[in-house]
Amino acid sequence: MFWQILLGIWMTAVILASFLYMPATQGLGQTGRIIVYHVPAAWLAVLAYLISMLNAVGYLRRGELRLDRQARINAELGTVFCLVATVTGAIWSRAAWGWYWNWDPRQTSIAVLLLIYTAYFVLRSAVSDQARRARLSAVYSVLAFLTVPFLVFVVPRVYASLHPDLINLEQGSFDMDRKMLVVFLASLAGFTGLYAWMYKLVARLENLLDKLEQQKRGEAESER
Amino acid sequence: MFAITTLVAVSFSVGGAVLDADLSAALLWLILFFTSMAGLSRAFVQEEEAGTVTALRLAARPDAVFIGKYLFNVTLLFSLDVLVVPLFWVLLQQTVALPLSFLAVVLLGTAGLAGASTMVAAIVAKAGARGPLMTVLAFPVLLPLLLGAISSTRTCFVGDKAIAADLLFLFCYNGVALTASLLLFPYVWDE
Repeated sequence: MFWQILLGIWMTAVILASFLYMPATQGLGQTGRIIVYHVPAAWLAVLAYLISMLNAVGYLRRGELRLDRQARINAELGTVFCLVATVTGAIWSRAAWGWYWNWDPRQTSIAVLLLIYTAYFVLRSAVSDQARRARLSAVYSVLAFLTVPFLVFVVPRVYASLHPDLINLEQGSFDMDRKMLVVFLASLAGFTGLYAWMYKLVARLENLLDKLEQQKRGEAESER
Repeated sequence: MFAITTLVAVSFSVGGAVLDADLSAALLWLILFFTSMAGLSRAFVQEEEAGTVTALRLAARPDAVFIGKYLFNVTLLFSLDVLVVPLFWVLLQQTVALPLSFLAVVLLGTAGLAGASTMVAAIVAKAGARGPLMTVLAFPVLLPLLLGAISSTRTCFVGDKAIAADLLFLFCYNGVALTASLLLFPYVWDE
């Protein structure tokens, strides 16, 4: 309980600070404030998808259904954060580039990520047998994970990106104001905490549902 | 047949206008993509329906089965190329600046289509679902290949850039898709 309250206060402080404490960015102006929400969401989407894929590999090697469940929950959470990143990105794109969607390379790759995980959930819903569903979806997520990096090679060759970069590779430094960096890192920590909490909640809920199912089955057997 | 119908439909609807190289390269690969989706999704479903899966599983090792299916699909798509590409050239009046590279792009592209689709077809057959699932699953996996093939086909039509890097890209995609499929196939095949 303590942690949840702390997280609530923390996130409220981040939201207030992103409007009041943080200065408007150079070049991007007031729209730059979205960095506090957009970038952590995108980072968590990638993190959750990565964990999901690792769990899928683990399932293929060891065959424990627990790992399949972790892979699925992480894929779901990743999709939530991915949607947040896509929508905030589209809103920012309207303000900065003139229209919500223009197939910038970053937009292309996030759209492909969403497509892959939509396909993943469609595949899962098509199979009813538990072990078979776990195996097929694990194979699919590994296959998709291996082929997608190719997009990183093709797309920049065809179109140039206008997406602002956080890390300045030439100077090897963060292109950020001190105040802004503080708020940004605080938001990153807050979002990661949010993800951990969400994961715990979903996992607990699923465990309870499992227990309920077992109990029902036990009662049905004792009646017989 | 599906390919020819689509090709004729495309040719009719553009009404004999000479297309931009960008546009006709995209059209060519769209035709090839949807044709292979329609044709290759049957690769493993047939075995499941006829009940010959069990016999096949007893008789051969999984990688042998996969390579057999893969080679069959590659042959199927190559014969499709032989049919579609000349017709495409005739009907859409497309000039090709680099004919040899174009041939290589088409062959590498269709081989890549066959490789990844064979793997997805195996998943679809086990999932017991028919129809659109194949396209939904294969599209994101094949998208990098399609984008690469479209841009290099355009280069072949116009001939304004070096093509070697594009060919290398297509070759690498083939390698990765095939290796990944060979590693993952046993998990789909064995139960």
